[in-house]
Amino acid sequence: MALSVHKYDAVVVGAGGAGMRCSLQLARAGLRVAVLSKVFPTRSHTVAAQGGIGASLGNMDEDNWHYHFYDTVKGSDWLGDQDAIEFMCREAPKVVYELEHMGMPFDRNPDGTIYQRPFGGHSAKYGEKPVPRACAAADRTGHAMLHTLYQQNVKSNTTFFVEWMALDIIRDAEGDVVGVTALEMETGEVSIFHAKCVLFATGGAGRIFAASTNAFINTGDGLGMAARAGIPLEDMEFWQFHPTGVHNAGVLLTEGCRGEGAILRNKDGERFMERYAPKLKDLAPRDFVSRCMDQEIKEGRGCGPNGDYIALDLTHLGGETIMKRLPSVHEIGKNFANVDVIKEPIPVVPTIHYQMGGIPTNIHGQVVVPRNGNPNTVVNGFYAIGECSCVSVHGANRLGTNSLLDLLVFGRAAGNHLIETALASKAHKPLPANAADYSLARIAKLDQSNSGEYPQDVANDLRRAMQTHAGVFRTQKSMDEGVVKVLAIAERAASLSLKDKSKVFNTARIEALEVANLMEAAKATMVSAAARKESRGAHTVDDYGDTPEHPLGRNDEVWMKHTLWYSEGNRLDYKPVQTKPLTVDTVPLAKRTF
Amino acid sequence: MLTDLEFSKLRWRCRRGFLENDIILTRLLDRRGANFTAEEHEQLLALISLDDNDLWEIIAGRSDDFPQGCNGMVETLRQTRVNH
Repeated sequence: MALSVHKYDAVVVGAGGAGMRCSLQLARAGLRVAVLSKVFPTRSHTVAAQGGIGASLGNMDEDNWHYHFYDTVKGSDWLGDQDAIEFMCREAPKVVYELEHMGMPFDRNPDGTIYQRPFGGHSAKYGEKPVPRACAAADRTGHAMLHTLYQQNVKSNTTFFVEWMALDIIRDAEGDVVGVTALEMETGEVSIFHAKCVLFATGGAGRIFAASTNAFINTGDGLGMAARAGIPLEDMEFWQFHPTGVHNAGVLLTEGCRGEGAILRNKDGERFMERYAPKLKDLAPRDFVSRCMDQEIKEGRGCGPNGDYIALDLTHLGGETIMKRLPSVHEIGKNFANVDVIKEPIPVVPTIHYQMGGIPTNIHGQVVVPRNGNPNTVVNGFYAIGECSCVSVHGANRLGTNSLLDLLVFGRAAGNHLIETALASKAHKPLPANAADYSLARIAKLDQSNSGEYPQDVANDLRRAMQTHAGVFRTQKSMDEGVVKVLAIAERAASLSLKDKSKVFNTARIEALEVANLMEAAKATMVSAAARKESRGAHTVDDYGDTPEHPLGRNDEVWMKHTLWYSEGNRLDYKPVQTKPLTVDTVPLAKRTF
Repeated sequence: MLTDLEFSKLRWRCRRGFLENDIILTRLLDRRGANFTAEEHEQLLALISLDDNDLWEIIAGRSDDFPQGCNGMVETLRQTRVNH
């Protein structure tokens, strides 16, 4: 039976902030744009972003993009590409004002300018003093952004395909991307989207970890598709953790808890942070506290019957203070831990929050791969933006508020690049004869399965393995063991079984397809992490500690380079970090201290 | 009792943009399976058509700004929230 073919100038996969910012740019230029999304656009994970958008508007205090640039390079532990970081920080005010003009309800100062709040890691005068740089819409910044962009897209005639899951990239004989295959959940049918370009904005893969703040939809679909199509994944060993996610739920407890005096305790009731950070104690930086918590658990001092969590104690603050200053914490305790935090400690664990790596791109959002000696050869017709991409502005550690900024700047830049390179006047490249064969074979295999494990059982084992071996506290031995374990789980994932073989809205089948994507993201993370023999940013390995030659374990001579992981052959390659910005001087290497 | 198709659709549409809603809605579906009356089903569909932030405000009990006739399901969701 012939498959339906939908023909568009551009197909955007993912309808979060990055996807919709890009589709808007294209639709406004009169291009025919399709946006595919597993869920209704305003229910994309961008909705969960609360903090704000980093931009040096200087509305509250002296600020400029040079300071923002410096903070971002330093935050990235010098793994971020300085050309991309300069581009992002220079564009930041522009994208914020554009959003304002589209109707985004930013918080205001009395004089009508956009209010900006302070955020960790943002400074003026190159680290001299904190500066308020986050532009926010109360604690609903992501929500307001999604609504603004969705309304503008509808007005500009973007076509949305909601409850469609993209399956695989279609590449022609020259390796150019000419479309994607996608599954319509309502019918269970596979279609081809034939396009002059395909843009991935599929978000992160935070669900590869057992403890994750990410929504259930974040299964790394773009990463899986790219990896299966022979595209490498960059710097996947770098994941940002948050220290106080509720055990077995992932829901975040605000850093304000510790600011108000909450104490982290081990099973003996000990305030263990006094041992690790005698001065700052529980208020030490996020990544440091996370690693200490994990160490306590790994050394047998975790709480609970399985010794697998830490107790966050607020009881000494008193009910009145808790209800006045931390009402959301009281609510979360009740709803997700069955605990009254006024009376007893709440179980917490370091929880995965953000993926720094992804599909390698340049500052136009074009996907780039090593070819013929050039580490950044463009893959024609293929773009990636937002958390699924690695441009790389976050390097080894992301600065707060730079995630929403990344979506806006590079979503817009990708759109502009396509317009400037005259996409409208280009012809579609022909589809290969076997365009959908690979996807159809994957689905047929699932439909014909009569033995094997259920997708969720395999996915749960994968999450546990990733949590244990690629969590916040890493040792070389544990990571090496993790590689073996994850590759063994990948074997099991290759022969999943479905109980339900129906076509229409078969969620088991969709989950099985998601597991295939999770597997690629997990393998990339585990293998890349085990190979990087240093500590840098979020990748901190106990074996590579602070020495005079390698402060904080960072080994710039050998490891100041980007990792590239290929699914085929499970192999690694590396490429240099771009240390030269576009117009200014390089931020020279230094020890990352605060 | 929902049909298999109705239940599958419901389960997928309970996939949300943020984790809090994912957890409470999944908790409800895991407990009840397909055992929803037609009226409950209708109410739940109306509620999950709301934006995530608005839905969470309702589930958390901070807002009563929900579609008319959904009182029963709102109460069920609030109970699901507090009863682990």
